[in-house]
Amino acid sequence: MVTRRDLKKINDFEWEIPKTFRADMRVSVRIFVSEHLLNEAMRDKSLEQAVNAATLPGLVGHVTVMPDMHQGYGFPIGGVAATRYPKGVISPGAIGYDINCGVRLLGSQITFEEARPYLGDLATALDRNCPSGVGKGGQLRLSEKEINRLCVEGSRWALGKGYATQADVRRTEEQGQLKGADPSMVSERAKKRGRPQVGTLGAGNHFIEVDLVEEIFDPHAAQVMGLEKDNLALQIHCGSRGFGHQICSDYVRTFQGAVKRYGITLPDRELVCAPMDSPEGEAYLGAMRCAANYAFVNRQVLAHWAREAFDEVLGRRVRNANLHQIYDIAHNMGKIETHKVDGKEMKVCVHRKGATRAFGPGYQGLPEEYREIGQPVLVPGSMGTASWVLVGTEASMQRSFGSSCHGAGRTMSRSKAKKTIWGEDLRKGLESEGIHIRAGSMAGLAEEAPAAYKDVDSVVDTVTGAGIAKKVARLRPVAVIKG
Amino acid sequence: MVYTEIMERKTAGFREIEHTADWELHVWAPDMVTLLEMAAQGMYELSHTHLSDAQQVDRSITIPFTDRETLLVDFLSELLFYAEDENLAFDDFQLKFDGTELKAQISGASIANQAKEIKAVTYHRMAVCEIENGLEVNIVFDV
Repeated sequence: MVTRRDLKKINDFEWEIPKTFRADMRVSVRIFVSEHLLNEAMRDKSLEQAVNAATLPGLVGHVTVMPDMHQGYGFPIGGVAATRYPKGVISPGAIGYDINCGVRLLGSQITFEEARPYLGDLATALDRNCPSGVGKGGQLRLSEKEINRLCVEGSRWALGKGYATQADVRRTEEQGQLKGADPSMVSERAKKRGRPQVGTLGAGNHFIEVDLVEEIFDPHAAQVMGLEKDNLALQIHCGSRGFGHQICSDYVRTFQGAVKRYGITLPDRELVCAPMDSPEGEAYLGAMRCAANYAFVNRQVLAHWAREAFDEVLGRRVRNANLHQIYDIAHNMGKIETHKVDGKEMKVCVHRKGATRAFGPGYQGLPEEYREIGQPVLVPGSMGTASWVLVGTEASMQRSFGSSCHGAGRTMSRSKAKKTIWGEDLRKGLESEGIHIRAGSMAGLAEEAPAAYKDVDSVVDTVTGAGIAKKVARLRPVAVIKG
Repeated sequence: MVYTEIMERKTAGFREIEHTADWELHVWAPDMVTLLEMAAQGMYELSHTHLSDAQQVDRSITIPFTDRETLLVDFLSELLFYAEDENLAFDDFQLKFDGTELKAQISGASIANQAKEIKAVTYHRMAVCEIENGLEVNIVFDV
């Protein structure tokens, strides 16, 4: 168990659990957290899980934990770990079942005031157009050949089908297409689950949210992105659905045997892993990239349906009802990237689970217009509180493998939330604050109540205080659609 | 289906445990097959899964044994797959385990309502342990 005595304070926003804390740790753990958020984090097992993550073979630098951390399974949510490529390991559980769960943000020229009378209709149209809920299929039914193409082409598949624009693709992490995706490494079962679910939101903490751009902190960056104060924006939060869940389940199962073959000892079976240059590691990388590309397409198709909803409700009522892509970013992913470790550039696999890539200005892989300002970092809050648009910094490249936080982070258990919060009361409360709610399940809504989450503003103040991200804009929800 | 505990067999049951982000279930039973059945019932209760009155559906599953935890993960994962692929859930389990494989005859119906999604059954800290009256395990579900 990790106690306060085991933590070394680096500065007001950074703490360390030294490698000496436990004999099996291969690297230290660096925690980006304020005093207040640290007290919250000490209430669950997130730091213990970070220590367990620090035992993975081939780690370099530190295991890093973001201020929105909370206990997950195996690897903490908010965790970042980099392993040397290709001899280090890749761990499916350190990426998560919802591979490439992420956020897409679209901006608009629609002012809140002109849209205000129609926000209820807009919420209803979004709810109707964008299928959500447990196990729900969408409007598309892909053949096996088609899903194989989608896995390889990612957002380019959506572009070819008319669901995306060139600008959408350009403003997506990796242009919506991880190279090296290999559909032959994906089980028939995963494909069966994935074929009817392209363009679906799912349930749990996934959502579509219409926001008002409430405050701009960096006018230049906001202008480059196309974010304007008092205008509407749209966020889509979801991932690779049953397709990714099945791929992760398949490989966590397969890797149970792989760790024995490679003589790897771990404190938790959910952290199972394999060297990236092993047949098992290469197979998982090929399959994981398929799920990543699937998730990019999923959010792209949802954006297409959302655009249709905006056009249907606001097309004849406002001057310009278009939605333009600001960015689409993953927060559950394993990526091969080049980072400086101990002063030397090296290729590593950065595992981010509940952590967002946050590349600073000048880095390759960013759309040309973002190279000057840094990569947009999208930080959704809970459905009753703010969301944030940040940008990555040079410090994030130096100190957190180009990563930052991904959200508010839970603080209350689901069982406690459902015992203390009544979904219908919550819905009425949010509606009275001017937030239109469309939810498939009131029980599910209660578990996602704002009270179950940390204060997102404190999380953002921590990452910006630490210097690993910079504020651009604060968004406030005006309509939320949940499965 | 509401089974918080099978009162007539007090040595078997399940209860939810606090977990910040996901769902955790404590399950106990006198033997492995009952543990599997209790875990399945607990999983359906956590996800608020309700069967329809439609015609009974039967399925057979065979799972080779490697270790007890993997058997549990595999069995529950099969049920999750049936829920998503065929919209089926089960409330009658005839399970036979001979130490080398599990043979399961399961009966149920189409799902009328499932309020919450379970993405996967995890191995996180999972250990089927022997206790005075049988076996117990904690299962964390990714939701």
